[in-house]
Amino acid sequence: MLILKQSLFEQIQAHGARDYPNECCGALLGNDGGTDRTVFGLVPLANQRDDSPRNRFEITSDDVRLAEKEASAKGWELIGWYHSHPDSPARPSEFDREHAWPWYSYIIFRVEHGEPQEMRSWRLDDNRVSYAEEGIEYIAGAPA
Amino acid sequence: MAVKVIIPTPLRQFAGKQESVNLEAGTVGDALNALTSQFGDLRKHLYSDDGRLRSFVNVYVNDEDIRYLQKEKTAVQQGDTISIVPSIAGGAKA
Repeated sequence: MLILKQSLFEQIQAHGARDYPNECCGALLGNDGGTDRTVFGLVPLANQRDDSPRNRFEITSDDVRLAEKEASAKGWELIGWYHSHPDSPARPSEFDREHAWPWYSYIIFRVEHGEPQEMRSWRLDDNRVSYAEEGIEYIAGAPA
Repeated sequence: MAVKVIIPTPLRQFAGKQESVNLEAGTVGDALNALTSQFGDLRKHLYSDDGRLRSFVNVYVNDEDIRYLQKEKTAVQQGDTISIVPSIAGGAKA
């Protein structure tokens, strides 16, 4: 289960709405508790795919290092990523699968005509063949 | 040369949960081969089926990206740190 505060959920949605019709992306910072993970904060990032931002996103290794430093500074871990699918389902594409890393939680959410819709979270299996969906539990509260 | 390879968080489960591994190697390629020989489950996450490093796998020697050096033929010195750093990519179905 991925535990996500309502305020962070709204921030992710707002990012997707703001960047529509392009894909937005960002880092999830929090704690991996084994069975459940909790998101404590976000690092919204720039989509580096200037050539095809409507259906592709990329976060550079420099930005990954930045997100890791932010997590470490707060005593958290970098536990995953979020990105939007403009006018497309909130599930991983083949392109997502080919480029994914195991272990991370991948939040994908649909933005339909600029309006955020369903949000789902996924984890790549160890063999890179498929994803397992992890439920998202929304809780009240402001960002940590 | 004795070098240290930093394992990124998502791959530590395949490297005995270690944050880093010490290896003997002459080049970056040698180090990655030694790493994947020791921890076979890492290979599919670092390399595509054609034997090339996946495009989202970034490798640094100390703080230099090997793409700007001699790539996997980059020589390493005693005490160097090789870091494997993810980049993150994806997107909706075309």
